[in-house]
Amino acid sequence: MKSMMKGFASAMALTVGLTAHAQAADVEVLHWWTSGGEAAALNVLKEDLATKSIGWVDMPVAGGGGEAAMTALRARVTAGDPPTAVQMLGFDIQDWAAEGALGNLDDVAAAEGWDAVIPEALQRFSKYDGHWIAAPVNVHSTNWVWINKAALDAAGGKAPETWEELVAVLDAMKANGITPLGHGGQPWQDATVFDGIVLGMGTDFYKAAFIDLDPAALGGEQMAEAFNRLMKLRTYVDDNFSGRDWNLASAMVINGEAGMQMMGDWAKGEFLKAGKVPGADFVCIRFPGSQGAVTFNSDQFAMFNVTGDDKIAAQKAMASAIESPTFQSAFNVVKGSVPARTDVSNEAFDDCGKKGMADLAEAAGSGKLMGSMAHGHAAPAAVKNATYDVITAAFNGEYADGAAAAAALAEAVAAAQ
Amino acid sequence: MAAVTQDTAVSTGRITRTFIYVVLIVFALFYLLPLYVMGVNSVKPLAEITGGNMMALPQTWTIEPWLSAWSTAQIGVEPTGLKPYFLNSLLMVVPAVAISTVVGALNGYVLTKWRFRGDTWVFGLMLFSCFIPFQIVLIPMAVVLGKLGLAGSVPGLVLVHVVYGIGFTTLYYRNYYAAFPTELVRAAMMDGAGFFQIFWRIMLPVSGPITVVSVIWQFTNIWNDFLFGASFGGTSQPMTVALNNLVQSSTGVKEYNVHFAGAILAALPTLFVYIVAGRYFVRGLMAGSVKG
Amino acid sequence: MATSVTADFRTRLQDWLPKVVLAPSFAVILLFVYGFIAFTVVLSFTGSKMLPKWDFIGFENYAKLFALQHWSTAVTNLAIFATLYIVICTLVGLALAIFLDQKIRGEGLLRPIYLYPMALSFIVTGTAWKWFLDPGIGLEKTMRLWGWESFSFTWIKDNDMAIYTIVIAAVWQTSGFVMAMFLAGLRGIDNEILKAAQIDGASNWQLYRRIVIPLLRPAFLSAFVILFHLAIKSYDLVVALTGGGPGRSTEMPATFMYSYTFTRNQMGIGASSAVIMLMTIAAIMIPYLYSELKEKK
Repeated sequence: MKSMMKGFASAMALTVGLTAHAQAADVEVLHWWTSGGEAAALNVLKEDLATKSIGWVDMPVAGGGGEAAMTALRARVTAGDPPTAVQMLGFDIQDWAAEGALGNLDDVAAAEGWDAVIPEALQRFSKYDGHWIAAPVNVHSTNWVWINKAALDAAGGKAPETWEELVAVLDAMKANGITPLGHGGQPWQDATVFDGIVLGMGTDFYKAAFIDLDPAALGGEQMAEAFNRLMKLRTYVDDNFSGRDWNLASAMVINGEAGMQMMGDWAKGEFLKAGKVPGADFVCIRFPGSQGAVTFNSDQFAMFNVTGDDKIAAQKAMASAIESPTFQSAFNVVKGSVPARTDVSNEAFDDCGKKGMADLAEAAGSGKLMGSMAHGHAAPAAVKNATYDVITAAFNGEYADGAAAAAALAEAVAAAQ
Repeated sequence: MAAVTQDTAVSTGRITRTFIYVVLIVFALFYLLPLYVMGVNSVKPLAEITGGNMMALPQTWTIEPWLSAWSTAQIGVEPTGLKPYFLNSLLMVVPAVAISTVVGALNGYVLTKWRFRGDTWVFGLMLFSCFIPFQIVLIPMAVVLGKLGLAGSVPGLVLVHVVYGIGFTTLYYRNYYAAFPTELVRAAMMDGAGFFQIFWRIMLPVSGPITVVSVIWQFTNIWNDFLFGASFGGTSQPMTVALNNLVQSSTGVKEYNVHFAGAILAALPTLFVYIVAGRYFVRGLMAGSVKG
Repeated sequence: MATSVTADFRTRLQDWLPKVVLAPSFAVILLFVYGFIAFTVVLSFTGSKMLPKWDFIGFENYAKLFALQHWSTAVTNLAIFATLYIVICTLVGLALAIFLDQKIRGEGLLRPIYLYPMALSFIVTGTAWKWFLDPGIGLEKTMRLWGWESFSFTWIKDNDMAIYTIVIAAVWQTSGFVMAMFLAGLRGIDNEILKAAQIDGASNWQLYRRIVIPLLRPAFLSAFVILFHLAIKSYDLVVALTGGGPGRSTEMPATFMYSYTFTRNQMGIGASSAVIMLMTIAAIMIPYLYSELKEKK
C-alpha cells in the first residue's frame, strides 16, 4: 500500500513535471501582420496554441512587405538565436533552407497527409530537398482586376475578357471623365500589374520568362509587346500616382474617382469595409486573358532550427495548428486570401472568396498555378528586384519603347543570377 | 544708444528690424507646419481626413485616435497600443544615456587633463566612430551579441547604444574640458587630490551645460533609433518599432488619424526634453563643441 | 621608508589610472568600429549572398557595383543632395542665428520651435512630410481648395524633382540645430571687438562680413562635419519620404547598401558599396580631424 502510494506520488510528480515542462516551451513568432484584421486573424492561432499550453511570444516587425522583418531575422540568426517560426514568402524560405537554418516537419506532414492536400506549386516552397520546412498559411492570388460597377456600366457594361476589350473599356472610362486606372506607383504595384499582363499573354510565355528565366523569352518580341502594354496602361493613370499606397488606389475605385484597379485579392477587404457588395457595387475579374490561370503568393511560417525537445515539440504543434482546417478557414475568411489546403470547406467564404478557391483548385489541377514574380514566388529575391528595376523604369517612361525595356530586362535578370 | 541694450552691439534700424521679425516668423511657421498637420489630423475622424482638407480644423473633434494609439491599436497579435513599448524604450534609454554620458565625461577628463603620448590619436580614432553608417555594423554586431549571449535583450541594446554614443559624448566633454583652466587641476594635484577626487570635486560641478547637451543628444538619438531596436530588440522592442508597426501595416485599412496620434505620442519624450532643456542647449554648445 | 613605497605606489597608480579609465572605451571602439570595418572590407571580397560566407572572389563585387546603373544614380543623387543640403542648412542656420542674435523679443519661444524637428524620429518626419508634399492630399490640394486653382506642386511625384523634396525635409529637420551652433558661436564673440569696429565706422554688413563670419570659423567647421556625415548616412528620411522612388530616382548610397545587403541577398555587393561610402567619409574626415587635432597641440 505504502509503495503503491509512493508510486502514485512519483507518477503525479512526473505528470506535473511534464506539464510544467510543456508550458515552459513557448513559440517565438516573427511576423509583419500588424494591421487590425491580420493580427486578429493570427490571434486565432495564438489562442488555439494556448489551449495546448503553448505560449506565444510575439515579435512583430512591420515595414516594406517584410523587409524590416527579414533584416531583424538575419540579425537573430547570425546571433545564433533564431525565432521558432517566421512569416516568410516564397524564395526566402528556400534561401534560408539552403543556409541550413530551417528545421524539419516531415513527421507532422506525414501524420496529417499534407502532401495530398497542399497544391504542388506551394510545396515547391514549403519543401526543400524533399523535406517539409514550412507550413503554408494561405494563398493570395494576384491577377485580379477590381472594377467599379457604375463606371463599368457607363463604359459599356461588359467586363473585358481580352486585352483589346480592356483597352476599349479604359478608353470609354477616360471619355467619361474619370481616371480609368487607379494605381499606386510603388515598384511592387507596378510589378503586380506587369504579372497580369504577362500572364494574360499565355501561361507558357509566363512560365518561360518568369519561372524558367529563359533569356529568349525575357528579351524577345512578346516581352517587348508586354512592355508596350504596360506603357499603354501608364496613359490611363492619373499624374498623382507615384508612391501612392495601394489602399488609396482602391479607395479611388470605391468612390468612383477611378474605374478599376489591378491588384491582388487583399484589395477585396477595402471594398467590403467600405460597405460595397460584390457584383452590385464592384466586379472582380481575372486580368483579361489570364482566365483559368492564377498567379499566387503564399504566406508561410518557416520553422527554424531550435534546440531543446520541448521547443521542437511546441514548434511541431504550431505547424499542426496552422494546417488545421478550422484555422485555415477562420484565418483566410478574415485575411481575404484562400486556404493553402484545397480540402477546406468554402462555407464561410463570400462569393469572391468561393470563386478564388474554385479558381485555385482548377489552376492547380491544370498546371496553370504560377508563382507571382512581383511577390517573390517565381524567382529569387535578386532576380525579382532586378525585374522591379526595369518594370518601374518602364512604367515611368525611361525606355524609348517596349523592345528597349525587354532588352534591359534580359540583361538585368542575367546580371542578378 | 540702442547698442547698449543689445547683446551684439550691432544696432539695427526700424525697417531692418521689421524685416528680421518677418523672416523669423515665416521660418517659425515653416518649422511648425508638419507638426500642425499631424496634430490637427490626429483629432479628426478618419472620413474627414481621406475626404477633406489637410489644413482644415476638424468639423467633429475626437480624441478617439489618441486613446486608440495609446492603448488599443493593433501592434502585434494583441491590440495593446503603444503603452507597453513605452516602458521598453525607457528601460533601454535611461541606462544607455547614463552610461554613455558618464563614460564620455571620464574620457574627456582624461584626454584633456591627464594627457599622455598618443592621446590625440586615441581621440581621433574614437571620434571617427561618430561617422560610421549603422547599417554596416548590423551583421558583425549580431555575431558579437550572440557570442556575448546578449542578443534580443535590453542589455544588448544598451550596449549597442553606449558603444556608438561614446564617440559623441567624448567629443563634447573633451572640447568642453579643454577650455577649463588646467592650472586648477594642477593645483589640486599639488594638494594631493587623486584622479577621481579632482573629477568629482572640480570637474563635475562645472559640467552642467555640457551634460545637458550630451544627454539631449544621446536621449534623442537612442529614443529615435529604429534599426538597432528592430534587429536586436527581441521581445522587448522599443517604441519606434511599435510605431513603425502601427504606421506601416501591410495590407489593411490605414487609420491615418491613429498614425498621427501615435507619431506625436512617440515623439513626446524627446519634444519634452528639447523644450525644457533647449535653453541650456545653446549655452552648452557655446561652451562645448563649437569652440572645438 | 614604508611611506615612500606607498607614495611611489600611489603615484604609479595615479599614472596608470587615466589610461585604465580610458582603456575600455578605446577597446570597445577598436572592436565595434574598426573591427567591424575590417569585417566589412573582408566581406566585400567574398561571394556572400544571404549570410556571410568566406569564399573569396577578388574584386568582382566592385566590378559589378560600378557596372550597376543604380549605383551611379545613387552617387549622383548623393552629390546633389549633399551639396544642396549642406549649403542651404548652413545659410538658413546662419541667417536665423544672426537674426535671433539681434535682441529679439520672444527668442525663448522661437528657439525651441526652430530646434524641435531635430527631436523627431524619421518615421514621424517622413509621415508628416509625405503627406504635406503629396499633391492629392497636401499643399497642392489645400491651395486649390483655398481658391488658387492653378497652383501646382508635384515635385515628390516627379522623377527629376523628387530628390529636392528630400532636401526640403532634411533642411527642415537639421537647420535649427545648425542655427543653435551658430548662435552659440555668435554669443561667444567678444562685444568689444564689434564696438571697436563700429566706432571705426563699419556698417552692419561690413561688420558681419569682415569680422563676425570669419570669427565663426569653428562653428562653420563643426556644422560642415555634422551635416556632411548626416548627408552620407541619410537613409531613414529617404525610406520614410519616397522609399527611393518615383522609380529609383531618389536612391542614395545608404539605401542602396541596405537593400543589397538585406533584401536582395547580395551581401557581397552591399559590403563593397559600404566600403566605398566609408572611404568617402574617411577622405573628408581624416584631413579635417588631422588639422583640427594638430592645431590643439
